[in-house]
Amino acid sequence: MSKGHTAPGYYSAMAQRGYFPLEELLTLRHVGSRLQGHPCMQDLPGIDMSSGSLGQGISAAVGMAIAAKLDGKSYRVYTLLGDGELQEGQVWEAAMLAAHRKLDNLVVIVDNNGLQIDGKIEDVNSPYPIDKKFEAFNFHVINVADGNDMDQLRAAFEEARTVKGQPTAIIAKTVKGKGVSFMENQASWHGTAPNDEQYAVAMADLEKVGEALCQK
Amino acid sequence: MSEVKKIATRESYGNALAELGAQNPDIVVLDADLAGATKTGVFKKAFPDRHIDCGIAEGNMMSVAAGLSTAGKIPFASTFAMFAAGRAFEQVRNSIGYPHINVKIGATHAGISVGEDGATHQCNEDVALMRTIPGMTIIVPSDDVEARAAVKAAAEYVGPVYMRFGRLAVPVINDNPDYKFEIGKGITLREGTDVTIIATGLEVCESLEAAKLLEADGISAEVINIHTIKPLDVELVVASVKKTGKVVTVEEHSIIGGLGGAVAETLSENAPTKMLRIGVEDRFGESGPAKVLIEKFGLDGKGIYGKIKAWL
Repeated sequence: MSKGHTAPGYYSAMAQRGYFPLEELLTLRHVGSRLQGHPCMQDLPGIDMSSGSLGQGISAAVGMAIAAKLDGKSYRVYTLLGDGELQEGQVWEAAMLAAHRKLDNLVVIVDNNGLQIDGKIEDVNSPYPIDKKFEAFNFHVINVADGNDMDQLRAAFEEARTVKGQPTAIIAKTVKGKGVSFMENQASWHGTAPNDEQYAVAMADLEKVGEALCQK
Repeated sequence: MSEVKKIATRESYGNALAELGAQNPDIVVLDADLAGATKTGVFKKAFPDRHIDCGIAEGNMMSVAAGLSTAGKIPFASTFAMFAAGRAFEQVRNSIGYPHINVKIGATHAGISVGEDGATHQCNEDVALMRTIPGMTIIVPSDDVEARAAVKAAAEYVGPVYMRFGRLAVPVINDNPDYKFEIGKGITLREGTDVTIIATGLEVCESLEAAKLLEADGISAEVINIHTIKPLDVELVVASVKKTGKVVTVEEHSIIGGLGGAVAETLSENAPTKMLRIGVEDRFGESGPAKVLIEKFGLDGKGIYGKIKAWL
């Protein structure tokens, strides 16, 4: 998890998978909590690498992928980056090394939601074209038109497994705040929590999305 | 007297890595395009598969080392002190320090004894920077014997370690059968009653020289080798200054935040003592032959002697 600020989503997924009790999610960012503002591997078992300072997670993932190669192990390493995070030079230092060492056991996923704290990524300091940049760094690039569509993502991961001799970058075009009417594509929701009223609307919105997905 | 054997601690680093590499297959070495200078090239020759040259990208190297460690490796990340502690500070802090990851940092070419490369490459601030990272162990070996022992100890210790090595060949002073290296334990090399000289790195040898000169003037100096700056051997330092009542620190590092800073902080709380910090004053280094620079900065035996005499 290179984009460590996604911790709430990460923790929720972990809790759902049984890493810790669901109730513990309520301690997020509280004093003494294992659920720090950004993931801490010392505090919470299951976190493979502490992160939060952007650009460093992809480098750690490269280290893990190199270790797998050295040990002749078959595990694969997946790392999730923000699109704003691509502005960190370290991302490209890591990408260069990953391709140089032909790390075909490494998959970089770019959560391309188009927004960062100060606004649209193309207004702040555009990282586009993202796919061409990774291609130039000798990555196998997969563009996912709808990164909120699980089927499209699954297909991309399947394709990545077949790639030999180079790492893969999955550029997933996503919608920030997907499924919540008032949050979609709003940079202002990057790091804020809804109030009770907004929470009720959000949950109702998500129920509808969930139902639609189940009928699919 | 037989000719004194001299060897740069960076050479010791490379040799020790190659030795350890043969014993432990988990040891991997990272470098940033300086394998010839940091001497990790010795390891590379023996174990090319376990030597990872990251190119000129030190920040990435530190985080890659962290990733390797999470997969069970014992990475030694190597580059010049300037780039290890300076450029990559935040990666060392967040990728290695905060998760208390088992990465060893081999920082060579520390201090003004880098020589001709000049101020941009002479890191006199690394110990100060590294000291601020919680849980970071900092070792500054004084010669070949100590440097090799330090690398071995670092490999056995679980947790982040910053090791500081020099470019300049320095006399071997610890080649005696009683020598024992233990992380966090200082070594009293010479007993004295009038003043305690606490030195680290290549300044240990120079401080022994200074102590000899002081002796000729009837001043009895105790010389302590503090190879581990963090955690500091508080007990040894306090016991010595309680005996002598005066303390001098000597280091090839800024007088701000390094050994001098560590000792001053400790003593001001535990045993306030009249103190002199000898090191690089609040200034940058400059180009020149290492030996000449050490003399110019007053960090040779004579220079140290002169400063202590003027201060006493």
